[in-house]
Amino acid sequence: MSTTYNLKMLRVNLTDQTIKTEDLDEKLAKKFLGGRGLGTKILYDEGVATVDPLSPENKLIFINGPLTGANVPTGGRYMVVTKAPLNNMIASSNSGGVWGARLKYAGYDALIVEGKSEKPVYLVIDDEHVEIKDAATLWGKTSEETEEALKETYGKNASVLNIGPAGENLALLACIINEADRAAGRTGVGAVMGSKNLKAVVCSSKRTVVEPYDKEALRETVTASLKLIKENGVTGTGLPTYGTAVLVNIINNVGSFPTKNWQESQFATSEEISGEMLKEKFLVKQGFCHRCPIGCGRVINMNGKIVGGPEYEPLWAYGANCGLDDLEAITIANYWANEMGLDAIGAPTTIATAMELYQKGYITDEDCDGVPLKWGSSEAIIEWTKRMGLGSNPLAKLMASGSYRLCEHYGVPELSMSVKKQDMPAYDARGIQGIGLTYATSNRGGCHVRGYMISPEILGLPQPLDRFATEDKALWTKIFQDLTAVIDSSGMCLFTSFAIGAAEYAAMINAATGTNYTPEELLVVGERIYNIERMFNKAAGMKPEDDTLPKRLLEEPIPDGPSKGEVSKLHILLPQYYELRGWENAFPTEATLKRLELL
Amino acid sequence: MVEVRLFAYFRDNRGKILYLDPNLFPTVQIILDHLGIKLSDVQILLVNGRHSHAQHLLKENDIVALFPPVAGG
Ligand code: SF4
Repeated sequence: MSTTYNLKMLRVNLTDQTIKTEDLDEKLAKKFLGGRGLGTKILYDEGVATVDPLSPENKLIFINGPLTGANVPTGGRYMVVTKAPLNNMIASSNSGGVWGARLKYAGYDALIVEGKSEKPVYLVIDDEHVEIKDAATLWGKTSEETEEALKETYGKNASVLNIGPAGENLALLACIINEADRAAGRTGVGAVMGSKNLKAVVCSSKRTVVEPYDKEALRETVTASLKLIKENGVTGTGLPTYGTAVLVNIINNVGSFPTKNWQESQFATSEEISGEMLKEKFLVKQGFCHRCPIGCGRVINMNGKIVGGPEYEPLWAYGANCGLDDLEAITIANYWANEMGLDAIGAPTTIATAMELYQKGYITDEDCDGVPLKWGSSEAIIEWTKRMGLGSNPLAKLMASGSYRLCEHYGVPELSMSVKKQDMPAYDARGIQGIGLTYATSNRGGCHVRGYMISPEILGLPQPLDRFATEDKALWTKIFQDLTAVIDSSGMCLFTSFAIGAAEYAAMINAATGTNYTPEELLVVGERIYNIERMFNKAAGMKPEDDTLPKRLLEEPIPDGPSKGEVSKLHILLPQYYELRGWENAFPTEATLKRLELL
Repeated sequence: MVEVRLFAYFRDNRGKILYLDPNLFPTVQIILDHLGIKLSDVQILLVNGRHSHAQHLLKENDIVALFPPVAGG
């Protein structure tokens, strides 16, 4: 019987330069779906939770879902799963573009990289032909230069993922880039790749399809889902026209737009850095990942160079959070974050943190080496992004390890706006209670895409919830987290969830793989995934007190604007959430593990 | 005056900001009618940064913000 799983994985050991293909157990694959879920299960079973994340013992897994490469809308996503050097917990970072689909067509559900090469290498996958190659001439190159050089050799149809200088330098904010501006961005996955001396993975295939279990059923359910996506105001018009950047004005208008490292929550000139302005001044066309009918990507003209434009997050992080409204400078800094292979959220939020440290006198002019970290400085955001990527001075090196270590160095860790050492994204959780719970309980640290409570609390989707209230937020957060775990593990893009729900995902997964999941059962799979991640973190040394928010959010009320006076009410939400999850002291009880078939 | 902020494609042919007299335009619904925007096309309706509804009675210096279906992440 056909299935969109290949049921094959590729395992490459860079220490002894061996390449093996191995079978993937179909039952295990279906139990954890793929991507984020299956990747974490493999890491957990292979004992990676207790290793040093930058040692050869860590494993770096590039893994598809059953719908990656399948004929479904946005079926092209892959995950990078490893132990995170940023916080010693589970790292799983999602990326789009075409690389994941190429790996699927080449015949593999996953690529597991182990060990450490003695010298820089890159990997070439061309269907069954897999080879480790010398990367001496690529080392030191930016991500675009690396991609261009490899495409020259392997043709324009080859897809390249790579690390820039940041990953080579083991910067804990290093990401992995594919297709120039698609990124597995967070938790330092690029540093793990750098620690293995692996510069790039080139992937191509002569195939362009995977055969589903039931072609007719898949066609039917995809037609229905596509209709919902096209007719939905967000996925059919909003995201294609404005991209994610349209959020700038929304979040600023509700007064939850963190400004100057979260000292304020509204930015007077947010219009200058908005999605509307980006469209007016710089937009050339939409950008699309593999098989995407939405196309939220922004292709922009940056001083005559056509590049991927900034998403909402970097617009905020380089903009309001650094007290800056120079849109052109943000597009340039964002370009350099991609070129250096830096997390385009974590790098600018760390610059914003450094600006507060400079404002308060912890960082001196001497430390700044000619480019003062002043609020609103266009020069600073561009120059310090490059410096962090290259590790070109002591402060830049420290900043490249993230805001938590930076603030710890100066004895003020409370100024780091992070959860589990990872910086929070662009929504002030004091004025939006549910997203605060998402941040605090996210298995990979401060993150919005592990349960996007902004959707009901601000956008009113699928139904409006009072953003200041705590009622029902624990339940909504849990459901959003579990559904997100399913989507991330399936190979589809999270943005489809503005238009479709568990019933549509279940129908597509079932038709593609032969499973019989009801929507409710699929949510239990998501819950299983959330719990195996938590068990990984427990084994890795996570403590119950890690499920928290920075003091600023718990104790300092928002000073002004529509959310004035608010603080996070995490102390109310967290016990409710643990109860719903069946957790005690932040971890699953034995009964919960049994119920989820994890014991 | 009430400040009415329009976003995304609500701006097409209408501009970004309008100032209207609350005595002549006492509710959001009346403003929407004036602008030719259907209530069902409004996804987010804010008065002074708080989610509200079309029958909200407006007063001097209120700020109304109107967004069509848009989102991000
Ligand atoms: S919606 Fe955007 S991020 Fe998602 S697959 Fe499409 S282009 Fe990529």
